[in-house]
Amino acid sequence: MKYNQLSITQAQELLKKKEATSLDLTKDCLEAINTLEPKLNAFVTVFKVEAEAAAKLADKNLKSGIWTFASHPLAGIPIALKDNFSTAGMKTTASSKVLDNFYPPYDSTVVKKLKEAGAIILGKTNMDAWAHGSSTETSDYGSTKNPYDVGRLAGGSSGGSAAAVSSHEVIAAIGSETAGSIRQPASWCGVVGMKPTYGRVSRYGVVAMGSSLDSPGPMTKTVADSALLLSVIAGLDPKDATTSPNPVPNYLQELAQTSISGLRIGIPKEYFLKDAQPGINNLIIEASKQLEKAGAKLIEISLLDPKYSIADYTIIQRAEVSSNLARYTGVRYGGGRELLGAEAKRRIMLGTYALSSGYYDAYYKKGEAVRQLLKDDFSRVFESVDLILAPTTPTTSLPVGASADSAMFGELADVLVEASSLAGLTGINIPVGFVGGLPVGMQLIGRHFAESTVLAVAHAYEQSVNWKDNH
Amino acid sequence: MMPKKLILTDDAFATLIKQANVFLSDEEAKNIKNQLSEALDAVSILKELPTDQVGKTSSASGLSNVLREDVAQPSLTQEEALSNASVAHDGYFIVNSVFESQDN
Repeated sequence: MKYNQLSITQAQELLKKKEATSLDLTKDCLEAINTLEPKLNAFVTVFKVEAEAAAKLADKNLKSGIWTFASHPLAGIPIALKDNFSTAGMKTTASSKVLDNFYPPYDSTVVKKLKEAGAIILGKTNMDAWAHGSSTETSDYGSTKNPYDVGRLAGGSSGGSAAAVSSHEVIAAIGSETAGSIRQPASWCGVVGMKPTYGRVSRYGVVAMGSSLDSPGPMTKTVADSALLLSVIAGLDPKDATTSPNPVPNYLQELAQTSISGLRIGIPKEYFLKDAQPGINNLIIEASKQLEKAGAKLIEISLLDPKYSIADYTIIQRAEVSSNLARYTGVRYGGGRELLGAEAKRRIMLGTYALSSGYYDAYYKKGEAVRQLLKDDFSRVFESVDLILAPTTPTTSLPVGASADSAMFGELADVLVEASSLAGLTGINIPVGFVGGLPVGMQLIGRHFAESTVLAVAHAYEQSVNWKDNH
Repeated sequence: MMPKKLILTDDAFATLIKQANVFLSDEEAKNIKNQLSEALDAVSILKELPTDQVGKTSSASGLSNVLREDVAQPSLTQEEALSNASVAHDGYFIVNSVFESQDN
């Protein structure tokens, strides 16, 4: 068996029993990357030499007892990072040619925490340039292909991380979501994608897209792995004033301790779109019945039509993009603005317009008010349910080139995840089966900081079925 | 209220390019001008939602006024801060001149 096929918890068992070393895990991942990259293009940069050296050090520290699995919960586990997480001295491009030669002088907080937990950083994964998109087709380094069908897209913007986990190039990966960028590619690639509550995980050192929305999170093979990774990367960070002082639970331990019996799960009728690809809504209903069998109560609910969240997100996010990307002048770091791609320019211009004098009230201010409406809408629903269950995406993975067909492609692919992102809620994608040979994902949305509940229900579903049998 | 139908004039579009500080080829300019109008038209559905009675969200997680003690903390060295600069001189970034000469 190849070690790259393992989950984090499985790999840890082997390390603990001394049946494998970190170097074994790392080498198998590097070999898989070498074999699969020509087809998938999930990586922008692979740190072969550095990863092998870090693995050897992990093995040495575990052997001598300097590291334990308690002190270093990710000791020796190779993982990949979306290329918008700053890595000290290691190239960080955000998949834009503007940052083609950018070597950050510091680690992002997420990377610092992963290294302190003993993880091996294998490389940086491909994404839509600046995270602007839902396909990786705006990447300046080519698009990432779907491991289930290389004629189709991995989704985005964290498409490289999703494809790398799905194809077992890596054991686990980190992505980031502004509105859909973890859950949507996870859905299309058949992996678990956890979007934490806004403020649960530090944004420090992450190339900024929409600062009031950006949420780093795990992309993994199992729910337990997401729980473990989230415990490591979450928490208050003095370098990001929007991080929450709420204590970070041991999410992995809580998985086993949280009962789903009697939990009220809301099914929003507006999220089962009439024009969704046939087969998807049925699979999600079947999955909800599975949870009902496990003791959960299903309750039909009503939420604002998700079409409004598309419009609202478009305004808020473009405005924040125009502000965040104003810093790229080619003076302090990176190349000049002539290197910005068409999508970035489109977003900067729309955002600039929405923020400009004379239009600010009509667009940005209205957008902020609608955002509050969306938040209130969820608060109302969460008075009577503990979780919301819906499809993650209305279609399975679309063919390569699909994003060129519509300027609103990303928003349409993310229609079912944008409202919860605007409200700052936590959510997860878990695979529930296949339509036409391609993975289908179910999302569970929880209250602010209800990651434990979201993970517990996702785990209960995952343990109750073999999703790969559902066609 | 949002404008009913948005007509982005050539002048307004030229101003926007300048404000956004982006470079567009002729073809990009043509495409983006149309796409901007389409996008502004698409977001105009927000008009259907009454918002007179709601506040505005500025923070999704509800934190406000997060401050720390005003104490100097370790930071990047000058060398590190300049390590990615396209041009540096004597510990400074080199930038284009900000002020234009009088005959401009």
